[in-house]
Amino acid sequence: MDTNLSEITFTEERLAKAKEIMARYPEGRHKSALLPILHIAQHQFGNWLSAPVMDYVASILNIKPIEVYEVATFYSMYNLKPVGKCMIEFCQTGPCLCRGVEDIMDYTEQKLGIKVGETTQDGKFTLKGVECLGACGYAPMAQIGEYYYENLTKEKIDKIIHLFGQEDFNPDQKYDI
Amino acid sequence: MIKVTIDGVEIMVEPGTTILNAARQAGGDIVPPAMCYYSKLKGSGGKCRTCLVKVSAGSEKDPRPMPKLVASCSTPVQDGMVVQNITSPEVLEARKGVVEFLLINHPLDCPVCDQAGECHLQDLGFQHGSAKTRYEEERRQFDKIDIGDKIQLHMTRCILCYRCVYTADQITNQRVHGVLKRGDASEISTYIENVIENDFSGNVIDVCPVGALTDKTFRFKSRVWFVKPMNAHRDCNKCSGKVAIWMHGEEVYRVTGRKDKYGEVEEFICNDCRFEKKQKSDWVIEGPREVERWSVIGQNKYAVGTKVTAPQNIGYGNIID
Amino acid sequence: MGQKLLLEHINVPEIQTYNVYRAKGGYKAVEKSLKMSPDEVMEEVKKSGLRGRGGAGFPTGMKWSFLDRKTDKPRYLVCNADESEPGTFKDRFLMEKIPHLLIEGLICSSYALGSNTTYIYIRGEYKWIVGILEKAIAEAKNAGFLGKNILGTGYDLEIYVNNGAGAYICGEETALLESLEGKRGNPRMKPPFPAISGLYGSPTVVNNVETLAAVVPIINLSGEEYAKIGIGKSTGTKLISACGNIRNPGVYEIDLGLPVYEFLNSDEYCGGIRDGHRLKAVIPGGSSVPILPAELFYKNIKGEERNMSYESLSDGGFVSGSMLGSGGFVAMDETVCIVRNTWSFARFYHHESCGQCSPCREGTGWMEKVLHRIEYGHGHMHDIDLLVDVAKKIEGNTICPLGDAAAWPVAAAIRHFREEFEYHIKYPDKVKNSRFAHLDDYKTSLQLA
Repeated sequence: MDTNLSEITFTEERLAKAKEIMARYPEGRHKSALLPILHIAQHQFGNWLSAPVMDYVASILNIKPIEVYEVATFYSMYNLKPVGKCMIEFCQTGPCLCRGVEDIMDYTEQKLGIKVGETTQDGKFTLKGVECLGACGYAPMAQIGEYYYENLTKEKIDKIIHLFGQEDFNPDQKYDI
Repeated sequence: MIKVTIDGVEIMVEPGTTILNAARQAGGDIVPPAMCYYSKLKGSGGKCRTCLVKVSAGSEKDPRPMPKLVASCSTPVQDGMVVQNITSPEVLEARKGVVEFLLINHPLDCPVCDQAGECHLQDLGFQHGSAKTRYEEERRQFDKIDIGDKIQLHMTRCILCYRCVYTADQITNQRVHGVLKRGDASEISTYIENVIENDFSGNVIDVCPVGALTDKTFRFKSRVWFVKPMNAHRDCNKCSGKVAIWMHGEEVYRVTGRKDKYGEVEEFICNDCRFEKKQKSDWVIEGPREVERWSVIGQNKYAVGTKVTAPQNIGYGNIID
Repeated sequence: MGQKLLLEHINVPEIQTYNVYRAKGGYKAVEKSLKMSPDEVMEEVKKSGLRGRGGAGFPTGMKWSFLDRKTDKPRYLVCNADESEPGTFKDRFLMEKIPHLLIEGLICSSYALGSNTTYIYIRGEYKWIVGILEKAIAEAKNAGFLGKNILGTGYDLEIYVNNGAGAYICGEETALLESLEGKRGNPRMKPPFPAISGLYGSPTVVNNVETLAAVVPIINLSGEEYAKIGIGKSTGTKLISACGNIRNPGVYEIDLGLPVYEFLNSDEYCGGIRDGHRLKAVIPGGSSVPILPAELFYKNIKGEERNMSYESLSDGGFVSGSMLGSGGFVAMDETVCIVRNTWSFARFYHHESCGQCSPCREGTGWMEKVLHRIEYGHGHMHDIDLLVDVAKKIEGNTICPLGDAAAWPVAAAIRHFREEFEYHIKYPDKVKNSRFAHLDDYKTSLQLA
């Protein structure tokens, strides 16, 4: 996504939310709102954080841009590069490994013709391997957008790829798989 | 005043003094090495773990030993505390481990590094390290980048002591670099291409214990042991003007802060003095500096009155195989 | 069947809503607490013997008593909902299914500690739970259990949810506080401890979700009654999240002291190992605790049967025991390759190290790389001892416990399954292309239970 500096402004609703979050912290401690506000920013600006977006967040919180870069690069949920509209994040830690997540990942890679870490040419799907998502009892699983999709099977992957590849796919919605 | 005993040496110190500073008050072999702590930078220390020591008695009141080794730079002494540094095999073993950790991703190419001769990691490796590496994997590498026209950052050599970040935070008015990413992918960076523009930015070079931040006006002009450090001063409207100038014949090759035997500058100096005043006539020369550190630089007996303490390797054989 | 204190009403339809929760006796503990003095509430928690449910097992009442009450600064309670320890998913279950229980526990605990602003720090990936909790908070506020002058007592309390953004290290309490202040999750140097200087430099208590939820039954029953449940110093009930190769993965509430055999094999809990397979090893308390081979899991080295309690699982120390930890129970059958599993945990800790101190920053990556080599058939025999030594040099020498957490599983896996590592090194061609231990000649020599 090309980001034009002048275009980087929160929607009114999001700005109000950011202000509301800032008010949760004591006077002078509004930097506490940085993580939640970065989530809001990522959500509005194409699911990733460009440097101008981070600078905008710094200006809202009245902190130095480097303070935002330091934080944004520390936490694994902030995307520092553009990602596909549907990002499938497979948990690949021990308990998911015991339940065969690798076979599911292989299958998905083949099906989409990309490797984990890559995005499909049409920009629809990104595959990512992540560490423990706290769903070990429902393994193998993946996070897509806000939600967890658990007890994954190859059939479920077929369904996900079919449904989430549609134009009207909404990553903020929980789908029945 | 309270009493602390370090390796059998009794020291009386003010309450609140850390073990490391208590040891420095006494001086000598009982002083633990420190790669990240810098007394003039608030919040520094605790990270490199080279200064780990054993507290074999917590205090007079509660003489129980502490369960783990502690970072001497950030642990305050208690009255009657008993500490073991080089007298504890456990400490030496842990320190050997820390040195190994610091070196596994550090290039072992001292001969081509500009910091050689005054590198704290080189000293540390010599004194506490092993002769051989057990690390067979690939080492972390980064490209060299210029952060400003006078300072070069070579992240490959960085040991992530955070000193330069604290310096920018505390000495300059606008920090533009910091620690990005995490774990062993952490790097010192400005993130977007940015330059450190500030009258005091050059101090990051002085606080860097290794060759990660170097002075571009001096890089590869000479090895440090071929230049003579002299105390000098000038009237400066930005800083105290009290510096060390490094002379090669009649030429001023570089200007740095005046460092004590622990490698800490006495006063931070401004970029004008550091980068712009390279004429002998810019300075009032006070006389040769005494080099007290036993590092490689101390091997060159270039200044009258230089005290050179013989290098010692504590217990692990010579690093030169 | 054990007593259900936390999950008693878990299957009641719409228990997530205030009305149903209230109708089932919810918020009685708040009413009771606010009639007591804060010290009396704390006293009940002390008497209950409740120990931190996040993993360390430190007595909660004692932790509360360290809070500096003399200063003029505000005091804070922070709820640690950064659950990220592999194998652990109990807090998520509790917050998702019965959010008001946590809110009720938070109100009682905040009152006891004198916190007027309490934050829930929840891991960023649990995005949808933020909404569930915020809805519960709004409902509780609407009912007068939160906000100004709660139940006319003059006590004010606001609870806010703050989401993280993907960092296991923020489960360490001082890293959590840094993150809550909008910074990188680098653990702080201690002392000072949070009880003296925590959030914004104010006295702070950080407790796990389950710990704070357990305050509700403690107040309802009395600390003394709560302490009667369980065994020895392991009082009360504990949520165990069971996963791995078992028939019924899920979250179970057990009375501490339940025999491990019963927990693993009875249909009420795990239901035994999945069909046709046998137990090879168990990680009883989350990925950082030592793995136990089947025989040492069921019985300690003296041959006594183990039970699910802090003491019994740690019997034998790190040589032949493990820990109850967070209650993240991972059972593995003979199809699981210990080397690959250990590598995956090493990769996890490598990925999650904050990078602040050198032994953890460099050591976790080193261990991962060596384990990866062994798993992929490029190991040397001396790598095994190297791993043991690297683990030893990390352990105890780092700023925070992540170093220990990374070192223990590697050390324990080698201690109990050394032959499996040696096998990988001796037969690189056999292991190179196989993902799991489908190695029949190795399997036959295994001691399974």
